[in-house]
Amino acid sequence: MSSQKVHLDHRHGLTLLREMERIRRFEAKCVELYQAQKIRGFLHLYDGEEAVAIGVMQALDERDAVVATYRDHGHALARGVPMGPLMAEMYGKVEGCSRGRGGSMHFFDASRRFYGGNAIVGGGLPLSLGIAMADKALREGAVTACFFGEGAAGEGEFHESMNLAQIWKLPVLFVCENNLYAMGVPLEVSEAETDVFRKAEGYRMPGERVDGMDPIQVEAAALRAVASIRAGNGPYFLECRTYRFRAHSMFDAQLYRTREEIALWKERDPIARLRSWLLQSHMITEGEIADIEASIAAEIDEAVAFAEAGTWEDVADLERFVLMDEVRQ
Amino acid sequence: MSETPTRMTYREACRQAIRDALHADPRTFVMGEDVGLYGGCYAVTKGLIDEFGPERIRDTPLAESAFVGAGIGAAMAGMRPIVEIMTCNFSLLALDQIMNNAATIPHMSGGQFAVPLVIRMATGAGRQLAAQHSHSLEGWYAHIPGIKVLAPGTIEDARFMLKAALADPNPVLIFEHIVLYNAEGDLDPGVSEVDIARAKIRRPGRDVSLITYGNSLPKALDAAAELAGQGIEAEVVDLRVLRPLDDATIFESVKRTRRCIIIDEVWRSGSISAEIAARLADEFFFELDAPVRRICSREVPIPYAAHLEEASLPRMADIVAEAKALVRPK
Amino acid sequence: MSDFAMPSLGADMESGTVVEWLVKPGAQVHKGDVIAVVETHKGAIEVEIFDEGVIEELLVAEGEEVPVGAVLARLTKAGEAGTPEVRAVEEVHPEPEPEPEREPEPSPEPFRPAPSERAKVSPAARRRAAERGIDADRLRGTGIDGSVTLADVEAASPGAASEEPRPRATKVKRGFDPVQMRKGIAAAMSRSKREIPHYYLTTTIDMSVAQVWLREYNAARDPDERLLPAVLTLRAAALALKEVPQLNGFWQEDAFAPSEAIHIGWAISLRGGGLIAPAIRDVDKLSIADLMRALKDVVARARSGGLRSSEMTDATFTITSLGERSAESVGGIIYPPQVGILGLGSIVERPWVIDGAVVPRPLATASLAADHRASDGHVGGQFLSTFARLMQEPPKP
Repeated sequence: MSSQKVHLDHRHGLTLLREMERIRRFEAKCVELYQAQKIRGFLHLYDGEEAVAIGVMQALDERDAVVATYRDHGHALARGVPMGPLMAEMYGKVEGCSRGRGGSMHFFDASRRFYGGNAIVGGGLPLSLGIAMADKALREGAVTACFFGEGAAGEGEFHESMNLAQIWKLPVLFVCENNLYAMGVPLEVSEAETDVFRKAEGYRMPGERVDGMDPIQVEAAALRAVASIRAGNGPYFLECRTYRFRAHSMFDAQLYRTREEIALWKERDPIARLRSWLLQSHMITEGEIADIEASIAAEIDEAVAFAEAGTWEDVADLERFVLMDEVRQ
Repeated sequence: MSETPTRMTYREACRQAIRDALHADPRTFVMGEDVGLYGGCYAVTKGLIDEFGPERIRDTPLAESAFVGAGIGAAMAGMRPIVEIMTCNFSLLALDQIMNNAATIPHMSGGQFAVPLVIRMATGAGRQLAAQHSHSLEGWYAHIPGIKVLAPGTIEDARFMLKAALADPNPVLIFEHIVLYNAEGDLDPGVSEVDIARAKIRRPGRDVSLITYGNSLPKALDAAAELAGQGIEAEVVDLRVLRPLDDATIFESVKRTRRCIIIDEVWRSGSISAEIAARLADEFFFELDAPVRRICSREVPIPYAAHLEEASLPRMADIVAEAKALVRPK
Repeated sequence: MSDFAMPSLGADMESGTVVEWLVKPGAQVHKGDVIAVVETHKGAIEVEIFDEGVIEELLVAEGEEVPVGAVLARLTKAGEAGTPEVRAVEEVHPEPEPEPEREPEPSPEPFRPAPSERAKVSPAARRRAAERGIDADRLRGTGIDGSVTLADVEAASPGAASEEPRPRATKVKRGFDPVQMRKGIAAAMSRSKREIPHYYLTTTIDMSVAQVWLREYNAARDPDERLLPAVLTLRAAALALKEVPQLNGFWQEDAFAPSEAIHIGWAISLRGGGLIAPAIRDVDKLSIADLMRALKDVVARARSGGLRSSEMTDATFTITSLGERSAESVGGIIYPPQVGILGLGSIVERPWVIDGAVVPRPLATASLAADHRASDGHVGGQFLSTFARLMQEPPKP
């Protein structure tokens, strides 16, 4: 995929819309299941940010790698990890993508080069450096897309990683999903420089900011970035300005932001906007939209049924994989 | 290939081990602070950048978390990195990567990703480097499931443990004691590999087991020699591997002698010596003919002044005194 | 009808308070509608419903705190929706593996325990002492803090040579070591024969009265109260020693030291070929029933390795009784530093003369071996005849 232009035709429009809807509906089902105590622990939902994961993923292919954060449902779905194992993982079943060991925050899929699901803010950035180092030696042209929130820019690891990636010209695409709040702390309270992409300048790394509520803009920027990285120019920084419609996690009274602000951002809902734009441009029909919704609903039902029917890992296997017998990946 | 002189320093043994590893496997490389142009803080990697180039003897900025995490990611994606953390004192900056990623990802991913990574660190006290440069954290790391912890105390182990560590699909931490780097000794030309699973009895004896590792090993051997002159036969057990502990060899020794002193250059409370004493009390209680004793560092930040540092660390005289108290009380 | 329950909104949420209902009974609700505001310890949270239908009833008033899972409202559903209804259910996690039962932990030791009355014995020493039938608490300790060590136990064991370490065993071994015992017996008996000038006397006893008495006594009692013939032997010997005290005591430092107390060593043969003669104390003071109890106890503990060291050293006189179907008489070897040993042979039916007539009677031969330094034949004969008489005069009821 060497084109740097987004070819927005009927097929591609449908793809973008379907992929984002899939995430949105999946997250809604997770809310329901969490409130029914089927999903436990922490749950961080991606509503409103779908355009970022979907947009970036259009620029990647199978040889590339993805590192995500604990807010990883959208990235895992966008990467193609099947819904059933994701659902089963959140149920804690052994059929889950991580054998039920990780839960919502720790999706892993070696076959799709999906390296988690990391719960320590900033913890995935150093990992992405190493994956990129290995790819530079072993997989020509491969890119490691490392997703993180703007809160990670506070961690020392962020700066260490930016610096190291640049001096070693590692093929890392740093995607900062700036949703303006790290849990309950807004950006202007925690960052001296609130234009996060300008931090890349401090490391002489190419970077840009893009409207994270527009999947086409994200895709276009990602294509640019990935082309540059594949050409051997080293890492690239994308700041995607976005917004999460739901709370930080399930148990969050959102005392730190107003309803009005949320409502304002909801007017820029990437799914609603793309849908109406595609309809108005007669690129898709209402019938196709209905088909998408029906097929997603069926896919979700199937995933829930898969999870419900799943089994619990035998406690006798508790210590399995503490130490490995071989390198399996 | 590596030369095989039979006499070398511990430092030289470490260096030859790295050379062997880089020659044997193109996926292997060394990464850490000052490993390349400077030649290594303890001169372990001196000259290697000329032999292997800056990509394989890779200098990093002062960014422990980033380069240790990079080592983890590289191992997950197909390389066999040797990360050098200058000393264990700086490893605390990378503790999150070691504990939450290296030790955790294999289990948490349901066995999808192994982390075949080696991390080497200098450790220990005795060079008047003061508190922030004198920690011994190998026992602390031995607390973590998902990693292996090695403490080579002999030239032979320094020479050959790295090879076994690189062949292991798990994260392996190797702790090289700073005082041992200058130690010199003969290598047995018949030995070309060692295991990283068993403790070894370095000196057999019947009266008391001295269980130890690292730089406390020569102190224990000296103590045993002195005790022999007084008619007490001390058995010296070199743990070599702190995680997983070789219970079988420890128990075999204590079964023979029925008395045990553990010498450990860490702060006593919650140390690896406490773990060994607990295992003896748990599984070996009825074999014991005397209480299990421990000789550890004093619970102080290790001070700079020579006499204070010396008083803070385990001493040969303490080992001798404790052994006599157990074997021949008045 | 379906229920709308208080949802779980966080891992540590246990209850919530409805602060505001946003619907009334009769209201039409759609999937995703916010129908209530719930106050939790983290603040007020809007709660969505995932069903379509009509609210029938609100079951919880504003301001009421209810636990997670409690039913808040009821609604009639508008037909079957595409998505399966997911209701809050009880935890369906599997039963956790039951923890293996552990003894309740004793309260933790104080950091520096006060010195206790209990002797310090190392675990290895205690186990070895139990194997040898020695009371470790009574030994002098040469280990650290005055503790009793293996070496101390070895030294206290009669005639024990230094041992090879045993194969690794985690269980405490009970019973005795026959090889060691044989060595011990060999050493003691050789010494006795070497040092003590034995003289021997015998007499034959008509056991018929004793047998009849025993039968009648036992017939009237439950099995656990019945007597063995040994009890009569012990009683008779003890009372005889009271009358002939020169046989009850020790030869020490070239002189006889009589003993006030009468502790009789009863020879017990052990399975595996060992012989041990632990003392039954104050035999003269025990009632017949108590004597039986003491005998049973010491035999059991001898066989299981639970004898105390005092029982090994306190006997002032010894009896060795061959029991049934054995030899007719036994010439014993004295256990130094005692000065006498009484042997009783098996009871055999033989001709006896009573009032000039020859009649068959159950007869037993009693033999006394005595230390000629401490006593001579006259004394020994006195003892033996007194014993014989007492054997034919069983206790009055």
